[in-house]
Amino acid sequence: MTMFDLPFLTENVTVILELLAIAGVLLGIRWMSSPVTAPRGNGLSAACMGIFILLALHRHKLLQSGLIWGALAIGAVIGLILGQRVRMIRMPELVALLNGFGGGASAIVAWLELTGQSGATTSFVRATGGLGIAIGMATLSGSLLASAKLSRWLSQRPVNWRGLNFFKNLLLLLALACLVVIAALPGTAGQTRLVASLLGLAAFVAGWLAVMRIGGADMPIAISLLNSLSGVAASFAGFALNNFVLVAVGGIVGASGLVLTRIMCRAMNRNLGAILSGRTTQAPTAPTADSGPEPEPEDAGPAAESVRPGLTEAVAAFRQAGKVILVPGYGMAVAQAQQQVKQLYDKLCSLGHEVAFAIHPVAGRMPGHMHVLLAEVQIPYEKFMELEQANPQFPETDVVVAIGANDVINPAANTAVDTPIYGMPVLDVNAAKQIVICNLDAAPGYAGVPNPLYEHPDTMLLFGDAAETVAKIVSGLTAA
Amino acid sequence: MQEWYLIAILFLATVVGTKLLREIPSLLHTPLMSGMNALSGITVLGTVVVLGQAVSRGDKLLAALAAVLAAINVVGGFAVTRRMLRMFAEKGDDDV
Repeated sequence: MTMFDLPFLTENVTVILELLAIAGVLLGIRWMSSPVTAPRGNGLSAACMGIFILLALHRHKLLQSGLIWGALAIGAVIGLILGQRVRMIRMPELVALLNGFGGGASAIVAWLELTGQSGATTSFVRATGGLGIAIGMATLSGSLLASAKLSRWLSQRPVNWRGLNFFKNLLLLLALACLVVIAALPGTAGQTRLVASLLGLAAFVAGWLAVMRIGGADMPIAISLLNSLSGVAASFAGFALNNFVLVAVGGIVGASGLVLTRIMCRAMNRNLGAILSGRTTQAPTAPTADSGPEPEPEDAGPAAESVRPGLTEAVAAFRQAGKVILVPGYGMAVAQAQQQVKQLYDKLCSLGHEVAFAIHPVAGRMPGHMHVLLAEVQIPYEKFMELEQANPQFPETDVVVAIGANDVINPAANTAVDTPIYGMPVLDVNAAKQIVICNLDAAPGYAGVPNPLYEHPDTMLLFGDAAETVAKIVSGLTAA
Repeated sequence: MQEWYLIAILFLATVVGTKLLREIPSLLHTPLMSGMNALSGITVLGTVVVLGQAVSRGDKLLAALAAVLAAINVVGGFAVTRRMLRMFAEKGDDDV
């Protein structure tokens, strides 16, 4: 008898507490619907997670296991450091990496359950365990690659070889065969280990190949999908373990990822199947296309001479404007111009103008990324408008400023049928009276489609590093 | 039998979850995703189960490795979500 024997914590009580904690997780999600209650929601979810862990440790008599506490402590310290250190612009990489860890952990859990001595009795358990391995391993490799691409360890450009599809289909066939063998033919422990490992390996390579063909601009979709898959993997591991908490919470995560994936696909007018099979990435893009919205910060801009006349006019336009809308794009984040944008915002407010931000859903590299980048420099989120809110307001707007944004304001999306961005909802900035574009150069955006706004007579083009350009506008507005 | 009750739970959790998730504004989509990320570390419960069942040394170490990965996922996810939500709360002038 030790202090860790808790006689009142019977199996029934444990199950009731677990059900309550699941309800707590759902309430936490409900609280995530407003920035005011969201911190409480996150805290509640975290507390529920702690309850789940303690209950599981008690149920499996591991409250005194040094190994599990040691493992959890190591993971917690690493997680805390990652979570505290990461810069907001690096958020997509971190989320991708964490997705991968979750998927990998689920795959290991399913593998151990399948190959261990106690479990894997029915074919339902074996089939779900196999699916847990497959989805978990594909999530692991896909997420690691996505994270490496986002952090620019590897090129963001989609990679495609001849015969890649054939190879991928072969792998999927192999994985399917392994799954059938695992589900239908209970073998010896050694055989199961072999087949389950082969399944994991095939899924790992297949996940890698799938993400390999996804380019930088499609990353918001890839991350959302991987997020969903990490939940699905946990859910399948839960089926194999007959653990309803894993099934329920994994299912909620899976649903969340799918909701976000759908939103992202709609925002880019992309078809999920086409992205995964690499069809959208084969659009003929100019070799310079990748550098358009993602300039190197030290590239001061080749068109320096054209800056000055445009700048004076732009400053004059800002002075006279009653209503200004700022359109930030990913190029703003790459040029690290957030602080300057905040100064411009403050300046315009102090001049008595009406100022707002129009944020395209895919302005960042993951859903909601741009909102976080702007909130980081303390721009009040009440000033953020979504696409649907912003578009009706452009006709009554005096000046629109696009900062490092290109594809998301490209009117060609409405008209140019044969381009990759055709049909993608864009911000109709050309409805505004005047347009100021602060981009690195006149190169097309990621999608490689030339932007007709650049030829528009009312457009003021301020090429060069966005941070410098915006700083010049601010000092122009301050002077005299 | 056991299968059907698990499938029913999965169905319920996804339906209720989807309904709640649709209500979340895009302002909070990044913290939502990192929070969901933390929740996908629920598989830490699975690592507890398989560690309890593991007999061989290799299996125990593998389960412990999975527990490390899942714990990184849980703690990292919640920590970063908290950080982001505080940024929004700071600007939400009145409450919190």
